[in-house]
Amino acid sequence: MGVRGVSKEVRQKDRVIIRFAGDSGDGMQLTGDRFTSETAELGNDLSTLPDFPAEIRAPAGTLPGVSAFQLHFADHDVMTPGDRPDVLVAMNPAALKANIGDLPAGADVIVNTDEFTPRALAKVGYAANPLEDDSLSAYQVHAIPLTSLTVKALETFEISRKDAERAKNMFALGLLSWLYHRPVESTLAFLQRKFAAAPELARANVTASNAGWNFGETTEAFTVRYEVKPAVMPPGLYRNITGNIALAYGLIASSQRSGLPLFLGSYPITPASDILHELSKHKRFGVRTFQAEDEIAGVGAALGAAFGGAIGVTTTSGPGVDLKSETIGLAVTLELPLVVCDIQRAGPSTGMPTKAEQSDLLLAMFGRHGEAPVPIVAPLSPSDCFDAAIEAVRIALKYRTPVFLLSDAYLANGSEPWLLPDVASLPDLRVEFATEPNHTKADGTAEFWPYLRDPETLARPWAVPGTAGLEHRVGGIEKADGSGNISYDPSNHDTMVRLRQAKIDGIVRDIPPLAVDDPTGDAEVLVLGWGSTYGPIGAAVRLVRESGAKVAQAHLRHLNPLPANTGDVLRAYRRVLIPEMNLGQLALLIRARYLVDAISYTQVRGMPFKSDELVDALRDVIDT
Amino acid sequence: MTIPEPRNGMSLVPAADAKATKKEFTSDQEVRWCPGCGDYAILAAMQSFLPELGLRRENVVCISGIGCAARFPYYLNTYGMHSIHGRAPAIATGLATSRPDLSVWVVGGDGDFMSIGGNHLIHALRRNVNLKLLMFNNRIYGLTKGQYSPTSEVGKLTKSTPYGSIDFPFNPVSLALGAEATFVARTIDSDRKHLTSVLRAAAEHRGAAFVEILQNCDIFNDGAFDLLKKPETRDTAVVRLEHGQPVRFGVDGQKGVRLSPQGGLDVVDVAAVGEDALLVHDAHAPEPATAFMLSRLGNVDDGVTPVGVLRSVERPTYDDQVRRQIDDAVATSGPGDLAALLASGDTWTIS
Repeated sequence: MGVRGVSKEVRQKDRVIIRFAGDSGDGMQLTGDRFTSETAELGNDLSTLPDFPAEIRAPAGTLPGVSAFQLHFADHDVMTPGDRPDVLVAMNPAALKANIGDLPAGADVIVNTDEFTPRALAKVGYAANPLEDDSLSAYQVHAIPLTSLTVKALETFEISRKDAERAKNMFALGLLSWLYHRPVESTLAFLQRKFAAAPELARANVTASNAGWNFGETTEAFTVRYEVKPAVMPPGLYRNITGNIALAYGLIASSQRSGLPLFLGSYPITPASDILHELSKHKRFGVRTFQAEDEIAGVGAALGAAFGGAIGVTTTSGPGVDLKSETIGLAVTLELPLVVCDIQRAGPSTGMPTKAEQSDLLLAMFGRHGEAPVPIVAPLSPSDCFDAAIEAVRIALKYRTPVFLLSDAYLANGSEPWLLPDVASLPDLRVEFATEPNHTKADGTAEFWPYLRDPETLARPWAVPGTAGLEHRVGGIEKADGSGNISYDPSNHDTMVRLRQAKIDGIVRDIPPLAVDDPTGDAEVLVLGWGSTYGPIGAAVRLVRESGAKVAQAHLRHLNPLPANTGDVLRAYRRVLIPEMNLGQLALLIRARYLVDAISYTQVRGMPFKSDELVDALRDVIDT
Repeated sequence: MTIPEPRNGMSLVPAADAKATKKEFTSDQEVRWCPGCGDYAILAAMQSFLPELGLRRENVVCISGIGCAARFPYYLNTYGMHSIHGRAPAIATGLATSRPDLSVWVVGGDGDFMSIGGNHLIHALRRNVNLKLLMFNNRIYGLTKGQYSPTSEVGKLTKSTPYGSIDFPFNPVSLALGAEATFVARTIDSDRKHLTSVLRAAAEHRGAAFVEILQNCDIFNDGAFDLLKKPETRDTAVVRLEHGQPVRFGVDGQKGVRLSPQGGLDVVDVAAVGEDALLVHDAHAPEPATAFMLSRLGNVDDGVTPVGVLRSVERPTYDDQVRRQIDDAVATSGPGDLAALLASGDTWTIS
């Protein structure tokens, strides 16, 4: 873009947090996604947080209908989507009202004045127009008629007025792209692709975006532009990725690295459905996706596929896990590989389906009848969902066990730049199916014992149908140790319960020790986390250290079994703080297992922790 | 979408090198049903019949749910899974969809298929997964010791209905027809010849084949099907349906079934109307309406029970189409390239 009109002052910033907010139908998620792509292309580090209602189209102009997308980008390493936006784009009064409280004084507020009608104001309880009184005096308000400017820019196009109005998000995007020096070429190309079937609409949206850019250039409403220089990041090829897509790719990678076909049995549920959508595209990789009649059938089909030698996976959220529990218990006793991806959301019951929570940890640990241990793996960032998925499959295949992968709504929909891994360096997940009998009968003939275990891993042989001579039956009834025949013998049951537990406990020898980040080595307080709190905890730890205090940080990838050195790590610190987006579920496990007087710090607002509040919580512990 | 050529239900399952014996299909496990249970007859028929299919034994899989009938896999020397109550059709769907080289049999009772797993049954039927679903219907819950089932007659006195059952029962054949099943049949545990012929037709059908097997529980519901079994009543109670044949029953085929001018079916005396007036059974009729009417002729208690293959039509199977989509994608665009997948979309390089 050439520079036209008045030249503007350019200021350097090291980081910016922008929140786009509007009605559910205003296209805020798309606008945020595009701004994110432009930002990634420029080379900033970034982290995003989409925040949208469960309703597809909540009543227009209402507070519950507000959909928002927050983006934090910087010239340095970014750990969270940011606490408080520097810029709010509010497409209507509801978006302003719902978000203004999160802004620090001095923040820029760009509002679409066309939507500030008496009726729209009244709908959200504004007695007076906040643009006309002094209620926004703490902020830099840019009052812009985004809708009418867009419609005017598109008046020569052969499109409906409604379509012209809908392009206002592209006008806003063009304006913000100008304001922050974002490269817009990829967005223009995207619009051509998106509206390929309607060239007039494609041209209109491109024109709206250009009009927004030019408006910034010429209007006196903006006297300053900003630059955020690229971040210093390790060299390599990058893309931006959300947790759900990374998880889907991790499953495909597992299939490629194991040589086993991937079978997904799933029932649509927020916020997990995007994994089903993504995997259903990749038939070239031999991926079979089965949209089942219910959650139970989804996991059942996955288990059936595993019996046949596939990587059986089911994807769901908390309510689905409730329904799958019986089948997961069957998988525990059948000792077949199965991966259960729980994209956690706020519960109980339906709860808040689009909001994040970490409240299924104890469900994953204990949510089955009988002694039914299941390993648990948790990703710590959106891109880490790729590696966590591979790790979950690795454990499932090697130990012939169901494995829980605990992601959450924040990781699922949030995004960050991802340094693409070298495919050849990914773990080798090949497994060997049983092909020969493994036991000799008293009469000297060979036979197959499906529950004769590997002495090291305690995994049983995986003999798939079609293998001659290894025909056998498995089932939910207790099995005799070794032969696998039905057994109600009391001492055999005692043996089998302990063997199944020992197998899962033994995975501890196959996972890395808990790493501690304690730069000076003499911190007295350890903050321990798991899952998506990694970013906010890391950002808070950084702030605390910048203020001169000392704090150590450790983050759990494996929740069951816990790394072998966990107790030693915890006991090396005077105090241990465990922040969680639940009411203290990891803290309960840690206290029970290690008798460490860990301090639980919790919130269940459906949104990630703010770094500021974790800084306060850490300081409280450090100072006492 | 290309519709696969209709094939035999076993056409992708490898054939055995030599004909197997009943003994080879019999496992070494002790059979633990009550003495006199109808399940013994069904097991014996299956152990004899399966070798006749000429399939490799290791490519036959039997998956069951929970209940007396669900012990079945333990007694067949094939691959097998005794799973959880009602879920066997779902588990089998995953297996059949990923393994075209297997002959997959699902065994359960009226509790498994009609009650706790009803949802899985109807969806397996409408999808037309290449599964053989055998429902042993004894019209009672046996393993839990005698409660009424979804096929028990109204008024039945059981442990959980001391004042008589007030639950209206399912007619399993009507249910399966309503669920878009492509193959629906009914047979009787004690009629070895008929049972075997129906099982063979089910095995050969490419797609979901639902077979209701009326099975006596001599402990909790003894004699439930006596009307269909006793020499003095069976001829008038059992309507044997054969494709292409007029529907006749009764002693010496005195009775017949005719399409009623008012819609529906009439039971008529053949001597009065002549054989040409009778309905000729067409199991391959594209629409299930006539088969449904036949299923409504009666349901055990009414004294008239149709048996045989009520419906057998060709429709692409779910599992074949899943494989076809994968094959087409690979043929069109080549096998997936993981590195290219990861690098799809907008990327940038930092040097």
